[in-house]
Amino acid sequence: MISQLTRDERSSAMILCALLTLFGLALGIVGRDDVLGWHGALLAFAGLALLFVVMRGYYDPNPDPDRITKYYDDPTKVGVIVSMMWLVFATFVGDWVAWLLVYPELTFDAGWSSFGRLRPVHTTGVIFGFGGNALIATSFHVLQRTSRARLAGNLSPWVVLIGFNLFCLMAVTGYMLGITASKEYAEPEWYADIFLVVVWVTYFALYIRTLARRQEPHIYVANWYFLAFILVVAILHIVNNLAVPVSLAHAKSYSLFSGVQDAMTQWWYGHNAVAFFLTSGFLGMLYYYLPRRAGRPIFSYRMSIISFWGITFLYMWAGSHHLHYTALPHWVQTLGMTFSIVLVVPSWASAGNALLTLNGAWEKVRDDATLRFMFVAAVFYGLSTFEGSFMAIRPVNSLSHYTDWTVGHVHAGALGWVAMITFGAFYTLVPMLWNRERMYSSRLIEAHFWLALSGTVIYVFAMWNSGIVQGLMWRAYAEDGTLAYSFIDSLNEMIPYYFARAVGGFLFFLGGVIGLYNIWMTTRMPALEDPPVYDLPPVFETEPAE
Amino acid sequence: MLDKHAKLERNAIAFVFAIIFVASIGGIVEIAPLFTIDETVEEVEDMRVYTPLEVAGRNIYIREGCYACHSQMIRTLQDEVERYGPYSLAVESQYDHPMLWGSKRTGPDLARLGEKYSDDWHVAHLINPRDVVPSSVMPSYAWLQRNSLKNEDMDLHLAALRKVGVPYTDEMIENAAQDTYGQARPDSEPADAFLERYGEDSNVRAFDGDPGRLTEMDALVAYLQILGRLTDVAHQQASNSTGGE
Ligand code: HEC
Ligand code: HEM
Ligand SMILES: [Fe+2]
Repeated sequence: MISQLTRDERSSAMILCALLTLFGLALGIVGRDDVLGWHGALLAFAGLALLFVVMRGYYDPNPDPDRITKYYDDPTKVGVIVSMMWLVFATFVGDWVAWLLVYPELTFDAGWSSFGRLRPVHTTGVIFGFGGNALIATSFHVLQRTSRARLAGNLSPWVVLIGFNLFCLMAVTGYMLGITASKEYAEPEWYADIFLVVVWVTYFALYIRTLARRQEPHIYVANWYFLAFILVVAILHIVNNLAVPVSLAHAKSYSLFSGVQDAMTQWWYGHNAVAFFLTSGFLGMLYYYLPRRAGRPIFSYRMSIISFWGITFLYMWAGSHHLHYTALPHWVQTLGMTFSIVLVVPSWASAGNALLTLNGAWEKVRDDATLRFMFVAAVFYGLSTFEGSFMAIRPVNSLSHYTDWTVGHVHAGALGWVAMITFGAFYTLVPMLWNRERMYSSRLIEAHFWLALSGTVIYVFAMWNSGIVQGLMWRAYAEDGTLAYSFIDSLNEMIPYYFARAVGGFLFFLGGVIGLYNIWMTTRMPALEDPPVYDLPPVFETEPAE
Repeated sequence: MLDKHAKLERNAIAFVFAIIFVASIGGIVEIAPLFTIDETVEEVEDMRVYTPLEVAGRNIYIREGCYACHSQMIRTLQDEVERYGPYSLAVESQYDHPMLWGSKRTGPDLARLGEKYSDDWHVAHLINPRDVVPSSVMPSYAWLQRNSLKNEDMDLHLAALRKVGVPYTDEMIENAAQDTYGQARPDSEPADAFLERYGEDSNVRAFDGDPGRLTEMDALVAYLQILGRLTDVAHQQASNSTGGE
């Protein structure tokens, strides 16, 4: 890692580590009477550890002067491994909370391990830890190949990757300590939010500066999606997290908005976190790795334009479908519903584009579990976007909202689409990154595929059932015109479904463990004498002028 | 069209601005008017603020993630109104920074929970839900009864809330810590001072059953008992509309 940095860059790295340590110390000292102090300690400790790493490599020889003629893949390598580690951790917690809904005693008599604190650990861990690292890692890789240029910075990719992971660590440890802003997928408190803004600006600057070096006049589709992901997530994050801290020495803050305005802002954020984090970014992944693995170009350029701008425009109107029949003004609900229904068009254009790209390569889909992951991902993407548009229709939503149907829908998308496309991309990417001919074991990929698919199907079917049963029981009337069931009646009906979900989740988790093992073993395989040439090298011979 | 787009694809900065522009429209059209249109939030006379103890309790509700299983938003649906009470109005969460409408009902809605059960019921239920409701899957929160409430900085909390728009007076802010004691210790001097500031209708009780100690349980139960009772307008509206039939 350090050997790729020049002496000057190593000095800058040390300054950054020292700043991080000082910032952590300052936070720790002002927040010593508050839970904030723990996060100060965390950052100070991380800063010191990183400082130590850089110092140890400080006197290593300078890197090859011709490093500009090579792609910079170290951050991607680390990102891939870290992403899989987050997956294993966060699906473990997911399965734990799933079991808690069957056996509520399966925990400790302490705050940190109770359902309400662990649940956001799971969601943040999978969305940001697993998904976010996967996006950062693959976006660096795709950006360089499609631009035929090395990343425009050697230190800043590390700032992005490490900074982002520190944010994730603050988030999940925070929930267990009792630090949360309670807004779904935006739970971290004000100081962590500001920290993320700094990281994100670095990410954007790196992206745009590397694009500026590109040798291909057109910006490739995958990069449109990665750009939309970076930009819109920044807007959403800043607006939704506006808050006034109790004091600089308190982790706690009070959101600027209240009540109905807060609800609308939150679901504008929440719905578009799904759109721009869990959809746009991963479509970027799909548009690069799927054609590469299939060995076929994207089916239609026109369709990718339509779906890109369709998604970017329409999604931002749809958030109010989370607030049907609430105190939100009716016209906003109606707008949300309408745009949600229209959204199925660009969504299916994307899914269709992916599937039609595979048309003619079906024998590969059959034989190659890696490509099959991506195929299944596109199918689940199509299914869950259709389902989403359906659930946004007010009368349908009156049944589905507040029930497990939503959870089933989320996981059809999260497991079936987000996780599967990532596995497909990683299994394509890992041999390229480490210059191996193939993954360590294709049988383990096959095993992972079937575990992931069966886990997802069991999970989603269980939640559809429980959700619809709940919804129907809550609105059922007896002959005498009174409500037929108490809340507890509906709760008692859930037991078999919650049990099935926890079993399905365990299969999915097991698949993740196998995936991590397989990737790790690939990195340990002996390097090939003359590795396959996966990519054309960067065009540059010398560092380009800015 | 395609030609134009081909041009756009060659210019990264233009592409960035195009994305920002296209993505901003929806939010601006839907969110900005909510802050200016008067009808968004009803105006009512009797709307009261949370007391310091209730604020502390609300923060515990947030900290423990109760909102992950409980909504606080009764929708305008017949069965929901019959199960939980009059549907929720915007004004009822006017002082909720942040709102806790929730998105998932693993447990029942709590928007109109206040005074549905006794304090003792809540304490027993929170310590171990299965003692009260045998098939419950709600976690037990026994540590709330063991933890003393951290209240010495409540003035800062109220001051921050005033910054975001909750109408606390200077006096309320200054005496915030004292008032948390007052509300949980009936027939004491601080209790009288508390009642003077927040009105005779406020609840003053030893919520956790022990007037000698101020615990996190006191705060949480005080908060639960005020849910849906900051204003009476929803009930009035409901009885007006049934009266008119
Ligand atoms: C794992 C999900 C879950 C979490 C987290 C949770 N609850 Fe519950 N809650 C339930 C379930 C299920 C019920 C219905 C069974 C029962 O009454 O125990 C319930 C019932 C209740 C009731 C009774 C409501 C009524 O009208 O009968 C109250 C009050 C309550 N919960 C408060 C809380 C508070 C306060 C917290 C946070 C400290 C909390 N709950 C956290 C699941 C949860
Ligand atoms: C082992 C696999 C998994 C299991 C067992 C699991 C389990 C759970 C459980 C039990 C919940 C809480 C549901 C409730 O409150 O009733 C949940 C919520 C959630 N999970 Fe997972 N999960 C898994 C994988 C994933 C993955 C990979 C993602 C995303 C990439 C994800 C995203 C989410 C989201 C967004 C929610 C919140 C849903 C909502 O607000 O309604 N999960 N999960
Ligand atoms: Fe949505």
